Amino acid sequence: MSHHIIEVKNLDYVYPDGKQALKNISFRITHGESVGIIGLNGAGKSTLLMHLNGVLFPTGGEVSIGEVAVRKSTLPVIRQHVGFIFQNPDDQLFMSTVYDDVAFGPRNYKLPENEVEKRVLSALDTVGIAHLRNRPPYKLSEGEKRSAAIASILSMSPDILVMDEPSSSLDPSSRRRLIKLLHSFKHTRIIASHDLDMVLEICERTIVIKDGEILADDSTLKIFQNEELLTISGLEKPFCMQKCPVCSAGKSDMEPV
Amino acid sequence: MPTIAESLNNIRLLDELSGQATPVHRLHPLTKLLTTLSFLVVTVSFGKYDLSAMLPLIIYPVALMITGDIPFTPLFKRMLIISPLAIGLGIFNPFFDREPLIILPWLQISGGWVSFTVIMLKFVLTVLAALILVATTGITGIASALRALRIPKIFVMQLILTYRYIALLLEEVARILLAYSLRSPFSRGVHFSAWGSLSGQLLIKTHLRAQRVYESMLCRGFAGEYNTGSLKRFSLLDLAYFTGFTLFFITVRYGNIPVRIGALITDLIK
Repeated sequence: MSHHIIEVKNLDYVYPDGKQALKNISFRITHGESVGIIGLNGAGKSTLLMHLNGVLFPTGGEVSIGEVAVRKSTLPVIRQHVGFIFQNPDDQLFMSTVYDDVAFGPRNYKLPENEVEKRVLSALDTVGIAHLRNRPPYKLSEGEKRSAAIASILSMSPDILVMDEPSSSLDPSSRRRLIKLLHSFKHTRIIASHDLDMVLEICERTIVIKDGEILADDSTLKIFQNEELLTISGLEKPFCMQKCPVCSAGKSDMEPV
Repeated sequence: MPTIAESLNNIRLLDELSGQATPVHRLHPLTKLLTTLSFLVVTVSFGKYDLSAMLPLIIYPVALMITGDIPFTPLFKRMLIISPLAIGLGIFNPFFDREPLIILPWLQISGGWVSFTVIMLKFVLTVLAALILVATTGITGIASALRALRIPKIFVMQLILTYRYIALLLEEVARILLAYSLRSPFSRGVHFSAWGSLSGQLLIKTHLRAQRVYESMLCRGFAGEYNTGSLKRFSLLDLAYFTGFTLFFITVRYGNIPVRIGALITDLIK
């Protein structure tokens, strides 16, 4: 059994207020894939991600990780293998120091303290913030908080990383650092984002969601070259694939900026 | 809203102070918890007129503040917040108990004033001891000490999560009040017509935020036990600290040190 495979079959989800957020979603993600989930606000991206490690449970259909169905009884195993990085790192960092925050997961899995320390230092080292380990999380910059949130998941040694808007509210250099970091991971990665340039750089496959349904599931480049699909789903090409307003100045096909 | 921001900083200050590396901070959390408990028991056990007898207890918080590098001003500000409670408890004593208790050639002090002073002194000592415990041990250290004492995990969890929730609540209050004040430049404070919606918003927002924090805890394997890592080992210093201070408290309680020192000095003068 490989814990890296994610299988979603006919997933439906209806919120308690009656809003149907996901309709008949099906896909399979295999070992080491890097998949982008894109769509407008309210399309259902975050709701979908929350099903992958049992924060939410399907109203219909099934989600399984490495052939283990996501159920209440399987949550401890599922959550050890699927690391979920929240959109707002402040929701994820609640201990009094970065070290304790990163150690929170391993300690919950009752690892011996020397193993916890090894994992924490290695995770902090990977994201490049080992020097911040004794700082309180609320004193970090947004980029540092994001790194600490990622470290808090890496310390659990997950096989799959699920990230909700990882580049939101980051300055350009922190964003670039994050992209490099995500590139270096060998994990299976699932990234929901509005940052289409980042999706283009990191994910070889992209799933487009609109009104809770999968509109397209293909290679990222093909998706971003399909202007009709992008228009229907309310998206645009990544900036790097759009015409440069300065270079194309004066040309007849230049659109107003 | 500087006052809310200040409150938030105040809460975080205790956390930050607890991260220092002084000899007091290095002690085992259980040692500090038990010593503080024995201090509290001895302090509250004094009679209502035992003012002079309990004065030496001041040495304990002062010694900890000096060795633990804890500044007095922030602790004093916190004491001020809850001081009306203590004042309310004792303020009527001078009116009802007018019998002279301390008679000096130039001054007579009634029993009411003495008992009021004792109440205030007990208040200052107990609150100061509790604040110093948090500032030298941290809430997680206290939690691990409570678990070591076999306090049920549900109570320890309540303590930790309430402590964390206060910071979330204050953050949301600060945001809501800032948003309100930016759009109501001529009003001082919040108009009563907005109290309902603001407090409702506050409740919902903090609830949602707390929910997200809880979800992130669940995602990292949280199963009802707040694991704070293995406790440090007891050292000889821990034993000396606990025994030394407990003996000191007992001596103060039953020895009436100021009276003995006074008698000694009087004998010497004679």
